[in-house]
Amino acid sequence: MSARRGAGPTAGAGRGGEPEGCAGVVCAVHGAALALLAASLGAVAVRGLSAPGVALAFILLIALGECVRITLPGDREQAPIGAAGALAYALLGPLRGLPTGHGVLQVVAVTGAGLLLALLPGALAPALGPWHGVRRRARAPWRERARRDGAARRLLGAAFAAAVFQPLYNSGVVDRFSADGPAYGAFLTAVAALAALCDAVLAAVLRRARSGLRFPAGLEDELRSLFGIGSAIAATGMLVSLAAGEVGLWALPLFCAPLLLAQVSFRRAAAVRATTGQTIASLAKATEVAGYTPPGHARRVADTACAVGRELGLGTRELALLEYAALMHDVGQLSLVEPVPGGATALLPDEEQQRIARLGSEVIRRTGVPRQVAEQVARLADPHPGPEGGGRAVPLAARIIRVANAHDDLLTAARGRGLGEAVGRLEVLEALRLGRGRLYDPRVVDALVRVRG
Amino acid sequence: MDTDLPRGAAGYLVAVPVAALCCLLPLLPLPAPLAGPHWLGDPVDWPKVGLLAFLHGCWESLAQGLPSPCLRLVRLLLRRPRPHGRPPARPDVNSFFPVLFAGVLMLPPAAAALVAAPAALLGAAEPTCRRRQVWNGSQLALSAFAASVVFHRLAGPQLLLGSRFPAALLPGCAALAAFCLVNGVLVGAMRLLADGPRRPSAHRPPAHRRAAAVPGLPVLVHAAGGLMVAVLWQGPYGAFAALLALLPLSISAWVFAQGHRERDAHQATVQALVQAVEIKDAYTRGHSERVGRASVLIAGQLGMEAERLRTLRYAGVLHDVGKLGVATELLRRNGPLTEAERRAVEVHPVHGYELVRGIAFLGEAHAGILHHHERMDGRGYPSGLAGEQIPEFARIISVADAFDSMTSTRSYRRGRPVTEAVAELERCSGSQFDPVMVRALVDALAVHDWQPVLPPPETIRAVPDIPLGVPEPVRAAPRGVPAQGGGSVPTAGPS
Repeated sequence: MSARRGAGPTAGAGRGGEPEGCAGVVCAVHGAALALLAASLGAVAVRGLSAPGVALAFILLIALGECVRITLPGDREQAPIGAAGALAYALLGPLRGLPTGHGVLQVVAVTGAGLLLALLPGALAPALGPWHGVRRRARAPWRERARRDGAARRLLGAAFAAAVFQPLYNSGVVDRFSADGPAYGAFLTAVAALAALCDAVLAAVLRRARSGLRFPAGLEDELRSLFGIGSAIAATGMLVSLAAGEVGLWALPLFCAPLLLAQVSFRRAAAVRATTGQTIASLAKATEVAGYTPPGHARRVADTACAVGRELGLGTRELALLEYAALMHDVGQLSLVEPVPGGATALLPDEEQQRIARLGSEVIRRTGVPRQVAEQVARLADPHPGPEGGGRAVPLAARIIRVANAHDDLLTAARGRGLGEAVGRLEVLEALRLGRGRLYDPRVVDALVRVRG
Repeated sequence: MDTDLPRGAAGYLVAVPVAALCCLLPLLPLPAPLAGPHWLGDPVDWPKVGLLAFLHGCWESLAQGLPSPCLRLVRLLLRRPRPHGRPPARPDVNSFFPVLFAGVLMLPPAAAALVAAPAALLGAAEPTCRRRQVWNGSQLALSAFAASVVFHRLAGPQLLLGSRFPAALLPGCAALAAFCLVNGVLVGAMRLLADGPRRPSAHRPPAHRRAAAVPGLPVLVHAAGGLMVAVLWQGPYGAFAALLALLPLSISAWVFAQGHRERDAHQATVQALVQAVEIKDAYTRGHSERVGRASVLIAGQLGMEAERLRTLRYAGVLHDVGKLGVATELLRRNGPLTEAERRAVEVHPVHGYELVRGIAFLGEAHAGILHHHERMDGRGYPSGLAGEQIPEFARIISVADAFDSMTSTRSYRRGRPVTEAVAELERCSGSQFDPVMVRALVDALAVHDWQPVLPPPETIRAVPDIPLGVPEPVRAAPRGVPAQGGGSVPTAGPS
């Protein structure tokens, strides 16, 4: 748990800096996980394994779970069955009515062994490649950052749950206060909830370091997913540990099956979501094929907008909506009979810009994307302070896209005039700074300068 | 359910809830025991019924992707505004029933029927939906009652309480079969009464395919979940353990519903892409959709499997998306085009391919979109492929495209009757179209009706009646050969 205490304040201090500045946090987390694993493996080697059969069953379950991972929105990896298995082992009290004596260190060792075992197929894949035709994953699995981060998280999470539960159980405190029934269930729930919170904090810290997503936004994402797959993981872990107390190891396959089902549903939903994303990208490309905007404009605006949004502390969901809106911000031009010269809408008069934005939002309203996207695009061309007389404020996403769009239009125009890359960039940022507060939201412009300056 | 139902259906709509109410009769405190088996009047564990009914109500709406009653209550208490009403993900499928099935296994029949009630009463508030919901709830209650009767007849409760496992599975399976049977019969009768034994039309999937979608793997999985819940509920940790088992199941059902919603969203996005084209060329409104439908008709005759049919539909719907890259003025022009302009129009399959190339799941559809203007004799564009070289999807779309172009009214001519269009297709089959596909379309039209779209009457008078079939291509096969045939409107053919 030293890792958590170490990680917290560092993450707080690193909030203003670039993602690279947080590399120390990642090293700290990984180092703590590795040190913990080495210590517990050593301790188990010295003391010997208690109940080796049970330990082996859990190692296999965790390894299996690690092999079937899912990706949540925002490129977050989660191994529901692996995590549930590790939690179940950490919360394992009696087994078939007999008390167990594996301590915290053995839980860590078993979880670690499961994680390491899951690396084996990936490591062997290059060797087996000629037979299996496996050419997709050229890199060794431990070189994947998401994989390493996820493994470290799960190890530390299991260690945390075990550190809360096992000493209390082994010293008999649990038996004295809540021998069976609802009280024991409540105790397990409390431990599982604490472990889930710990995991959420750890995940948010790691994402802050990896993708530059702000810590509060990342934490919100993680807490949100606690109500989804997170609760299913915790429930399965608790259920397996409870049921193993009654029926023994049969509980493992039996009660992990619903989680497997959930995982299949998640995959399916993620696949459809990815397809929707591709279709929206196609819709965005339509303006380029039709010759209304320069090639790659929508993509560049979306990238800039997302970078700015991340800098301003938006969460994964808001960023996804922002990306959709930014990709489709020029769709309204499809309704124009004549293309705008050079596609640079930022250089048009305000009324014309607003008309295009409204036409675009009409098209977007008919797509299946959430309604906020259409609203954001409709308000795209409103100048920063918003309409006079206290109308509704312009959404932040619309202000961000306005700046990102102007940035790309001006940059394209600067390139067209034959300016050098560096000079062009400086000039564009200068032009945006001039419109700061009048045309553009000052906070957004400042964030853009930090991101692209 | 529509408001104007046939009389039989309206009667049925009332009869099923009444029958369901009759099932609840044994719950009343009667002085004399009812006739029938003793378990019919078994004492009822009311807290258990209440909890199960509440859970069923919650998870039913979760599985439809709607906010659960708990969430709605919290919103009400916090005085948060209601989010705009989302329609249920799949209004005609009861996708989640482990709780109901657990009730069947644990409760006497009448109480099991009662578990289905709150979901019918707590659901969405729209009046048209309300009747449907009451009917649905009653239908589920009847199914649960029947299943529970079967389970009790086979001495299921005793076996389950003793956890005698392989033996307890038999009554469980029988109960599941009874549930599905009653459910299927009730729903099937409703469909029959509401729709009538109507000819399968091109707009609806055939009835057997819809019926086949009802039972299947999800039902088995949910039944296993229900069994698990029932066993855990009777174990030492009681309802707590049962809740823990329900959580992953309900999350899974919820995500499944989300997936459905995403799929709908995706379809709407594809529609938006199509509409973006139709903004440019108003006269082709609905054309894409109809080409998709006709392509599916053709492929259905050929016995194509469902997954490819789905892709083909997308290919048909998106076939003209490349017209986005063609100047609006050229698309709307009625008069002849110059050589350069014609070439600009003929680029559209390539533009379309460029556009949809990034959509990975379309797979085969990419080739279909790129080559839908190829001709069997090799004089088409963009690649001049001939015969079997042309991808199957492209050959299908080409026929569907020409057929719909001929039967619908455009700015420059009136739509032709189906028979005339078919004759024209048969005339060009072999040179322009694949005879197999033309044959398949003719066969499909014999079974399904095809309604040519009739434009509003005032436009009919305005539209000149130029007889114009499928024009021969202006450009002949080897470049440089003089153009032949074609009439005065080169772009007017299949587009």
